[in-house]
Amino acid sequence: MSNAVLVLIEPDEGRVHLVSREALTFARQLGGEVHALMLGTVDEAVLADCREQGVAVVHEAQAAGGELDAYSAAAWATALEQALEGAGAATVLAGGTERGTEVLAHVAARRDLPMAANVLAVTSTEPLEVERQVAGGAVLERMRLDATPAVLTMAGHAVEAVAAASPGAAEHRTFEARVTPADLRARVQRVQARGGGDSSAALSAARVVVGAGRGAGSADGFADVDALAQRLGGAVGVSRAVTSLGWRPHHEQVGQTGSRIAPDVYIACGISGAIQHWAGVSSSKTIIAINTDADAPMMTKADYAVVGDMHEVLPAILEELDRA
Amino acid sequence: MAEVNILVCVKRAADVTGEVVLTADGTALDGRYSGYAMSGHETAAVEIAVSLVEQHGGSVTVLTLGDEDAVEQLRDALAVGADDAVHIEADSSAYGPADVAAAIAEVVRARADAGTAYDLVLVGNDAADTGNFQVGIRLAYLLDRPVVAGVQSAEVADGTATLHVGSAEGTETYEVALPAVATVLEGGVDPRYPNIRGRMRAKKAPVETVTAGVEPKGGRTLGLSLPPPAPTQVTVLGEGPGAAPAVVDVLRKIGVLS
Repeated sequence: MSNAVLVLIEPDEGRVHLVSREALTFARQLGGEVHALMLGTVDEAVLADCREQGVAVVHEAQAAGGELDAYSAAAWATALEQALEGAGAATVLAGGTERGTEVLAHVAARRDLPMAANVLAVTSTEPLEVERQVAGGAVLERMRLDATPAVLTMAGHAVEAVAAASPGAAEHRTFEARVTPADLRARVQRVQARGGGDSSAALSAARVVVGAGRGAGSADGFADVDALAQRLGGAVGVSRAVTSLGWRPHHEQVGQTGSRIAPDVYIACGISGAIQHWAGVSSSKTIIAINTDADAPMMTKADYAVVGDMHEVLPAILEELDRA
Repeated sequence: MAEVNILVCVKRAADVTGEVVLTADGTALDGRYSGYAMSGHETAAVEIAVSLVEQHGGSVTVLTLGDEDAVEQLRDALAVGADDAVHIEADSSAYGPADVAAAIAEVVRARADAGTAYDLVLVGNDAADTGNFQVGIRLAYLLDRPVVAGVQSAEVADGTATLHVGSAEGTETYEVALPAVATVLEGGVDPRYPNIRGRMRAKKAPVETVTAGVEPKGGRTLGLSLPPPAPTQVTVLGEGPGAAPAVVDVLRKIGVLS
């Protein structure tokens, strides 16, 4: 077995998903040859991203009978295990998306291997030890990962996706996945698309995120938040308090059990900034906090703070933008 | 419509929504000040189970692996409608996710032998403290059952579970033949609160204590630490609406205004 690293990559709007590119950057730090696996069609844009990330081989899994057309974690795990053999990889990793985590847990369960979820860094290679986030990001755990292959998922935005010093060959290999009927016992039958705007669809990859917390006051308190997100071409993200109160849907939640974001700017309105929320937003390049409480954690951790009621400050910002 | 028997697995974990304290040896979370609770995912799993049984008949069993204090979380689930409980008495810190899955599988098999076959086993998507994301999936393989992760709501009819999972694109729906395993993510259902009658019932409800039928191989934790505090160099842009021009200046400076 070589010391190759196999990375499960996912597509996003025609490119390799940002979280997958971060995982590829992280994989390079492990020292071995980097292989990528994508379920479904690998096109030139995906190959270009992989070349930039220094990937040596891009494996594409296909299934002539359409077994991979709809998502099944077990079918993906079967394809991943085949690619693992093909690459002779000593490490398999994925970005910490719902699917990345789920598929790797299937692989770990099938092979009775340990798995480390939400890894931030490798702290030792011989033996392999990692640092990972637990308790929703409130605590760091050092964990021994002394089995081969090592199975791990990355915490979203733990590393920044950067191009390799020299591009990879990104040799494109396709293989037929040996999906079994048992793999298809749990398979997505249908997807009901969200109605209305899809500003949340790309929350984890958005360049601008406007966030709102309990300070919104009620389910009707988000008009200015929505307007500012739209004006800046960004997405809306909310705190756990907001989804718990039923003011906004769960898919907009940022933090512990929601999306992790890394936008150019995060505008946090009426959010106190509990540690679980902070863990999901701390990779933002710039944070602007708006809150009536100048001592709220979000206000003291932000880059910029405005002391005031979001319902007064946001309309003024929208007005100023119209003027600009 | 056939009745449905559901097993819900919950975990007593230190509440980490407030200030987090570690034990003196740095190997575990200390919940003495924050208190302990089952996670939001597990609370949602209990709600899904109880409402399915209200509709179809059957039973809800709640299970936990932990020390004797963990019975508190079993009582919490009994108070909102679970019928009975299984307490696997063990030091949960000695159990890795594969060990926990093996211990639950033992109970599922033992109960089936005793006449209660669980059509659906629900666990939380990930534990609030250890965050491994694995117990439900490992359990499904041990029991040779289909598993769906991240389930937010569920229906059952004619030996099939219809499970809904929220995704970035919308709602994904799975239809799986029972028996099956699902890991539950909070946010899709509105968990009920216990009433006085429920609390009284919970005190008297049967809790079966068993010893784990597996020898734990253990987790692989070397130690815990708290993340370093974020550097603070906050620039106050002003107070109230008057700060708007300064905010727009910042947005322009960082290049997000098109």
